[in-house]
Amino acid sequence: MAVIEAIELRRTYRTSTGVLRRKPLEVEAVRGISFAVEQGELFGLLGPNGAGKTTTIKMLITLLLPTGGHARVLGVDVVDNPREVRKRIGYVFGGDRGLYERLSARDNLRYFAELYGVSGKTQRARIDEVLELVGLKGREQERVEGYSRGMRQRLHIARGILHDPEVVFLDEPTIGVDPVGARELRTTIADLIAAGKTVLLTTHYMFEADALCDRIAVIAKGRIVGEGTPEALKAGVAEGRVTEIDAFGVDEAAVARLRAIDGVTAVTVEEHEQKQLLLVQTTGDRELTAPLLAELDGFEVGRVFSREPTLEDAYIALVTAE
Amino acid sequence: MNSLLVIAGGFRMNMKMLGTSAWFLLMAVIQPIIFATIAYYMFRSGGRSGTLLYASLGAGMMGVWSSTLFGSGGMIQWQRWQGTLELGAAAPPSMGLVYLPFSLANSFTGMYALAATLVWGRLLFGVPLHFVHPWLFLLSLPATVAALGLMGLVLASTFILYRHANALSNLLEYPVWIASGLIFSTSLLPGWTRPISWALPPYWGVLAIRHAALGGDVWGPLAMVALLGLACLVIGFAMFRVFEHFARARATLSLT
Repeated sequence: MAVIEAIELRRTYRTSTGVLRRKPLEVEAVRGISFAVEQGELFGLLGPNGAGKTTTIKMLITLLLPTGGHARVLGVDVVDNPREVRKRIGYVFGGDRGLYERLSARDNLRYFAELYGVSGKTQRARIDEVLELVGLKGREQERVEGYSRGMRQRLHIARGILHDPEVVFLDEPTIGVDPVGARELRTTIADLIAAGKTVLLTTHYMFEADALCDRIAVIAKGRIVGEGTPEALKAGVAEGRVTEIDAFGVDEAAVARLRAIDGVTAVTVEEHEQKQLLLVQTTGDRELTAPLLAELDGFEVGRVFSREPTLEDAYIALVTAE
Repeated sequence: MNSLLVIAGGFRMNMKMLGTSAWFLLMAVIQPIIFATIAYYMFRSGGRSGTLLYASLGAGMMGVWSSTLFGSGGMIQWQRWQGTLELGAAAPPSMGLVYLPFSLANSFTGMYALAATLVWGRLLFGVPLHFVHPWLFLLSLPATVAALGLMGLVLASTFILYRHANALSNLLEYPVWIASGLIFSTSLLPGWTRPISWALPPYWGVLAIRHAALGGDVWGPLAMVALLGLACLVIGFAMFRVFEHFARARATLSLT
């Protein structure tokens, strides 16, 4: 039996615009997604901003009611029996918020230990244990308001696993954390899997998903557009190649012309201050450098080189194809 | 047992947070002086025995109500801004149980306002502190404050669903002061307001406290305090349950 199951899960937000004449507005954040996560697996939900990752997690941890479909965690329906689900899961949201700023880390954890029924006898030892695990031992008496982002994030994780849950949901846990801190957090996440937990992770960072996840679902505009192991996803674009072109001032019309070239499957543009990086994905082994440069005639072009696709390329191919 | 631990833990944590707020500590000193001064000047001309203490107790209760009213609503808003409201909602205990200790802590800090009002009244204006039934006074005070905390729980529940329920808080401060007889006797109000007064725990609470201090029946009003407090507890939990469900449906628990 799968530990986490989403079956045709949907969520529509209803809002309105206007002041006097209010006009109802519906936003479909999640449009019928299905996936299953097995015991002890680290499953990644990968997608751009607004793809529906956080909404999906919030439905699974019982903070939002789905508007369609079903979801079960550890065999328990998240709508019918939210309290049972809450007892057995932990969750961590990325970012600065979600902590009692004026309290110390220990006081924060002590409060949540009581909310999650960690008994008085074992509470102190358990708090010490999770503080040690996330590397905050020695700083636990300081007020959270003085913590760096990385320290806050580690405290979030400590809170999320304090009651030793069977399933842990991590929503962009390394967002905004410096590279060293992020690496430490990834080690902590890997430790969770080693301890037998089932983890659902959302992230923007491809290398993070590649390094940590057993399986990944790529989500775009509320739908799953690809699912499999990182290797399988990469293999999906492995037959092609990726041409990287440094350029300056390339406009939308030129990008559209590149996309129209026979053999080009996707073109994305990354802006790096003055410079642009054009990532052109192509099918097969066809050499398309000449036609690509021909379409960029008149623009300033720098370094051009061709390479094997990465998970990021697979992700871009899936997301842009949607 | 677990519920008691949740209440005790939340209460302790909230008191700790209030104790670290410089603004709160400043208000805790200034506000009782203002209330004691109001009480003194309003009733100085009365000249009857016990009038000053009567007024000081009412003024102190004004502080308890203000603390409960703004603290209870404010705590939900503040938790929403801080991103901790979702953590409380996603915890295993019911939301009512999670926020009950916060509401109680707010009203019990108001108890300090009452004590400080009496002390300042004594020090600055010589208000006599002679209690006819001192033990019943010590019983009535926490019972009333707890009932106000439970009333605060009912108010707090509205903030779960409505992000701008502050308007309700602002609206309720003065009417409750007046309808509960905290500033002057409710006998001066029109007859139709009487049922409103009877439905308010602070009306019976200040009656019990004043009777304990100045003489009169304490047990009757105290029983009403307990009854209305219990009613608020039941209504508060039910409203939290319903509003939490609506909030999960409408996605109003977070700001994002």
